[in-house]
Amino acid sequence: MSEKVNPGAAATAALKDQSQERQKAMIAEHFRKLAEAPERGEKCVYTFVPGNLTELIDSFGLLPVLPEINALQSGMRGKSRDYIALAEKLGHSEDVCTYVKCDIGMLKSGNVGPTGERLPNPDLLLLSYTGCFTFLKWFELLGQEYDAPVTMLHVPYQGDGVVTDSMRTYVVDQLKKKIIPALERISGRAYDEEALKERLERSAQAEEDLVWVLESAKRRPSPIDAYFGGVYYIGPIFTAFRGTQDAVLYYRELRAEVEERIALGKGPVTPDGEIANERYRLVVEGPPNWTSFRKFWQMFAEEGAVVVASTYTKVGGVYDNGFRHDPDRPLETLADYCMGCYTNLNLPTRVQMLERYVREYSADGFLINSVKSCNSFSAGQLMILREVERRTARPGGFIESDLVDPRYFSASNIKNRLESYFQMIEQKRAGGV
Amino acid sequence: MKIDYCVGIDLGSTTTKAVVLDGERHILGRGITNSRSNYDVACKVALGEALINARFSLIDGRLEHEGIDAERRRELLTRFELAFREQQYRSQLAALRASLHQHAERLALGAATTSTLERILGTMEQETTELYRVGASRKSDFFRDLAGSRYVELAEAIAREGSHAFDPLVGLFDKAILETENSTEAVGTFESHARKAMVQAGDPALQRAVTKVLSIELVQRLGVGTGYGRQRLPFPEKLIRSEILCHGLGAHAMFPQTRTVLDIGGQDTKAIQVDPNGIVTSFQMNDRCAAGCGRYLGYIADEMNLGLHELGPMAGKSCRTVRINSTCTVFAGAELRERLSLGEKREDILAGLHRAIILRAMSLLARSGGIEDEFTFTGGVARNTQAVKALRVLVGEHYGERKLNTSPDSIYTGALGASLFAWREVSRQEAESVEVLA
Repeated sequence: MSEKVNPGAAATAALKDQSQERQKAMIAEHFRKLAEAPERGEKCVYTFVPGNLTELIDSFGLLPVLPEINALQSGMRGKSRDYIALAEKLGHSEDVCTYVKCDIGMLKSGNVGPTGERLPNPDLLLLSYTGCFTFLKWFELLGQEYDAPVTMLHVPYQGDGVVTDSMRTYVVDQLKKKIIPALERISGRAYDEEALKERLERSAQAEEDLVWVLESAKRRPSPIDAYFGGVYYIGPIFTAFRGTQDAVLYYRELRAEVEERIALGKGPVTPDGEIANERYRLVVEGPPNWTSFRKFWQMFAEEGAVVVASTYTKVGGVYDNGFRHDPDRPLETLADYCMGCYTNLNLPTRVQMLERYVREYSADGFLINSVKSCNSFSAGQLMILREVERRTARPGGFIESDLVDPRYFSASNIKNRLESYFQMIEQKRAGGV
Repeated sequence: MKIDYCVGIDLGSTTTKAVVLDGERHILGRGITNSRSNYDVACKVALGEALINARFSLIDGRLEHEGIDAERRRELLTRFELAFREQQYRSQLAALRASLHQHAERLALGAATTSTLERILGTMEQETTELYRVGASRKSDFFRDLAGSRYVELAEAIAREGSHAFDPLVGLFDKAILETENSTEAVGTFESHARKAMVQAGDPALQRAVTKVLSIELVQRLGVGTGYGRQRLPFPEKLIRSEILCHGLGAHAMFPQTRTVLDIGGQDTKAIQVDPNGIVTSFQMNDRCAAGCGRYLGYIADEMNLGLHELGPMAGKSCRTVRINSTCTVFAGAELRERLSLGEKREDILAGLHRAIILRAMSLLARSGGIEDEFTFTGGVARNTQAVKALRVLVGEHYGERKLNTSPDSIYTGALGASLFAWREVSRQEAESVEVLA
């Protein structure tokens, strides 16, 4: 049992490290810029987290808006229930991805973002298609709602588990012939390869520190939680700010904090305190639940369960396999980045990645949080579970919740299942006693 | 003389079960009660019942010791147990009467209500001997069900003749029954009931056996709790085990070759894989929705105005299973009514409903890793013969030949697992203290 986590403190302010405060300020600044964009005549590009072309967008002086991030923020702030209800009232089925419904509901409620400021309308919907079919429909809907142009980058799926030259050429050709001209059109600026290279250089620097932070979880005790912490403060910064100096500084600061944690032998920081006694090391697959995010994290933290590696933190890019944005091959590197995102990987590659995580991070078990409305993640997850169990001989666990629909988070059921899972690990460890 | 025991308590959504295990890991007794809002009371009552059951086993042992043959022992014990249950019922009825009058007085319902209550309770008291006659059938073993159904019948008759309104009488009962079943005193003590019952049963050998067993002290070494309400169990945290682990170990104890366990309880269904030592290797549970669980059958029984235990036998008469698509409890009710209106036979519809519930379990089993040999079916629903039959058919269709284990005591599987964990904990603590001494 973690000594410092206080489950009764759910209503109290979340504890934050310095890096988290920096992140908060950066996000607030970003949303302020977005709110002021129409007034200042700045243009906005809506795009998705997987396969985002942030460096390219930024090189044109355009501002990125990430609807998934807005949806999850709405979930965390208790707004998603009403947004989803509104979307359903408009005819969106109960089975549709709840990120989509939350976004549509937010749009129809005045498009007020997570900081309470209005989000600008898109000047371009840049649809980077990386394995999630819902993205196509989502931007089709937004295209109609905003009467905004949609430009699609078709990223070929890694069906055979490899990226071939022709796949890369196919993406680069689209970047040259379609995406860059579209960005030139709305920004009124010409493509500046040097500006892109500068940003890619900074991305690579930040990526080095990000990977170092993620891999710090190989230590015992792990100084970070690579799932809850991963999405809460380690990963999010990586999408809207990649390629900026702020991101470089953020990850440098975060790395220093983690180094200090390691020196002091400290466990991960959670909103309710530090996990002082690491009892279970887990690898987690699937997105978290956002509507009860803190409660969900508590269920792990109270039991001393630390997630040492996760896959959801890799939807915005996989870097712990050695990939870095390469300024010397600006468009090719963007193509490789897009094709390498977790959502674009085939099942055998996902299994391989999870198996590697279980082994390299000395995990006690492997847990899936399955989200029924997220087909791109959920399809094949049981097969993954069995295969990872078979290869690693570590017990697998399976829980179900939802992204941002609070109706599908049953705290008592999830707690019940998690406790059973932790006890199962304990029993195996104790040789059956 | 004293006997050490450990108890495992499984606090389910519908019933609370207790298993008492002696130092040799033999089952001394089993107890069950309906779960209620007061978990502490449910645990105490279930343990009390298990200890009563344990003493019955000890009495049986004493009779055997005296050289009485099995048939005679069974006859004596049946007489004794019925006389004992009659005493218990009378004790609870007296508590119910006191509570009913208290509430009637508090609500100032007047003399007419008081006399009507006396009329109902007087009849119920008179019927008690008949209720516990050898060979008499009872709808349930729980006081709430037995007293409740009769009270309501009598209140209805009184209302029909125009002597008293029905609703206030039922309202009083609802209040009083809660107090009665939440009182551990209402049920009385084993000793006082046993002394009366042994006199009533009137056999010298039995009297000797009961007197002997009354002198035995049953000493609890440790209790382990499990089940849905386990956080509320009156046990320290480290003595609480997940029901998944308990069902796995319990099934292993009952059928050591078990590799796959299906447990269908009141509100959840669990598919569990265990290794040769009964250690859980994988599990799946129903999520978000309790469709296809025991409550589904309870709802259907209510819809058809049948007792829960009558569903299986009636469905067993079916010659043509109706295909029921919905496992949603409420929709299944609607489908049931539609099928009835179309002239389908009740038994055929019921057979379809049983198949639907098992189909849902099959999906969980597949997700947990399939069905290995041997396969054990536990939980309250495993007592339903039609559910077992449907399961056997579907397992055969999907997995081929598998040995399917069921037991009349399957409802106690989780509690049995918990009691085994309790003894393991005792052994661990003893080993630790030896280490400290060394």
